[in-house]
Amino acid sequence: MHGLINRAIERFARDTYGGDVWIQATRRMDLGFTEVAAMLHYDDAVTTRLLQQLADLLDKPAPDLLEDIGTYLVSHPNVESLRRLLRFGGVTFEEFLLSLDDLPGRGRLAVPDLDLPRLELVPHTDQCYALTVFSPKPATLPFGRVVMGLLRAMADDYGALVVLDYKGDRGAAELIEIRLLEPAFAEGRHFDLGATPP
Amino acid sequence: MHAVVSGTGHILRCGATLRKIQGREDPVGQRFTEVFEIRRPRIGPSMAVLRAASGSRLHLRMRSPPQIDLTAVLIALPKDGGPLSGGALVDLSFGISVIDAVRDFALTGSDFAVTDPTIEMLYLFEAKSAAMEASRKLNLRLQGAMIAAEEQAFTDTLTGLKNRRAMDHVLTRLIDRGEDFALMSLDLDYFKAVNDSLGHAAGDHVLQQVARRIVGQMRGADTIARVGGDEFVVILAGHAEGPVLVDIAERVIGCLEAPIPFEGEECRVSASIGAVLSRDYAHPEMDQLLADADRALYTAKMQGRRRVALFDPVQDAEGVPPPATPHQQGPDAKAPDRR
Repeated sequence: MHGLINRAIERFARDTYGGDVWIQATRRMDLGFTEVAAMLHYDDAVTTRLLQQLADLLDKPAPDLLEDIGTYLVSHPNVESLRRLLRFGGVTFEEFLLSLDDLPGRGRLAVPDLDLPRLELVPHTDQCYALTVFSPKPATLPFGRVVMGLLRAMADDYGALVVLDYKGDRGAAELIEIRLLEPAFAEGRHFDLGATPP
Repeated sequence: MHAVVSGTGHILRCGATLRKIQGREDPVGQRFTEVFEIRRPRIGPSMAVLRAASGSRLHLRMRSPPQIDLTAVLIALPKDGGPLSGGALVDLSFGISVIDAVRDFALTGSDFAVTDPTIEMLYLFEAKSAAMEASRKLNLRLQGAMIAAEEQAFTDTLTGLKNRRAMDHVLTRLIDRGEDFALMSLDLDYFKAVNDSLGHAAGDHVLQQVARRIVGQMRGADTIARVGGDEFVVILAGHAEGPVLVDIAERVIGCLEAPIPFEGEECRVSASIGAVLSRDYAHPEMDQLLADADRALYTAKMQGRRRVALFDPVQDAEGVPPPATPHQQGPDAKAPDRR
């Protein structure tokens, strides 16, 4: 697994629950390090075990933990740069949704060896979409839950009112139903195209 | 961004983004060349000249601050007697100045045409900057780890022998366990001459060959360290007999004296050795042993180099300098009386 993914988990744990929780998780795993290098690769098992340790330590079901990570990645000021990169996807939330198919490609533009899940958005009826998340390696990490949290936070960011429904998985493919109730429900957060990235 | 220019050279219409970057004054109604300075090609401001540049790349600069540079192409419109007769259509883009322009004019995604890849370019710029920053942090960490590893290293990188740190560890361990051992302090003779006459590359080569030759004379259990430029320390575990030790030391000197070829030249060095035996001390201490070995080495040097001197704590206490045995050339040479 790419170090960026593990680094995301680390920053989520540190920023949300404090460094102690994170260090405790790495100690329990006997990792031999307490800080993930974002630009190195790690064994897939490290990611799986890290998530399991954190879920145990925080007494939180794994799917909830993953969704919280997705929300964190968009909403926490410490990872503002990622939110900015996602906002480049479109001027409105709808445009952003339609840009999701490009997400793995955009990821690779930035970091060529980063394997992100393939996303496939199919518009159904008016304002209703079905998003399929194909995780790169089955059984490693159910990215769909992370995407759920990420979409929820992005909707807030754009000021859109949405209802998300996790429809379950078929092997490595997870299905999310998105209903866009009100594209401009709230003001949303300002996105300054020319701001200096943090 | 675009502008429509009339046959008289005035801007008739322009896109919203161009209005935004022109600032307070509406560009519509102004002469095109009053709004833009044509930087390249160097052509005059007349409409006829501009129309002649139809289809080629133009480098423009806004005359109003912050005077950003733009890339443009102009298409001459036909002289058909209509309202645009003899005019031109100009397509403008920010080119490389786009990152500044987006900041200076607070441009948004809707300022760019759907097909315009500028937003993707901005994305790429930010994404790459973030990735570079992550890589830079990793490099800093790796550099720190490398320095730490070097500090903890036990190997002399030039010769592959142990270094001073490793020697300290070995000596401390032997003393702590109360084991008998011998210690030789070896200093090359005439090494400076090699360095001075043939250069540092030759010097390094000699040090490597010397290291190899010393290793060849020792047993696997012995520790050989390079502790300075041309200073070596050999620790021989279990050795307790002075004459045997002197024999070994002389053998080492003998094999170091064989010429060392380097790029067609022959480098010749020798060595002086000072030695101590741990069992000569009631309570051996590392610093004392090393200092006494160095004193014996000094004696060997003083007595003409290419010699072995064994340190004697009893004579030292009585103020008698240790005798140094001159090294004899050849295997048949009879060693002189040693102590």
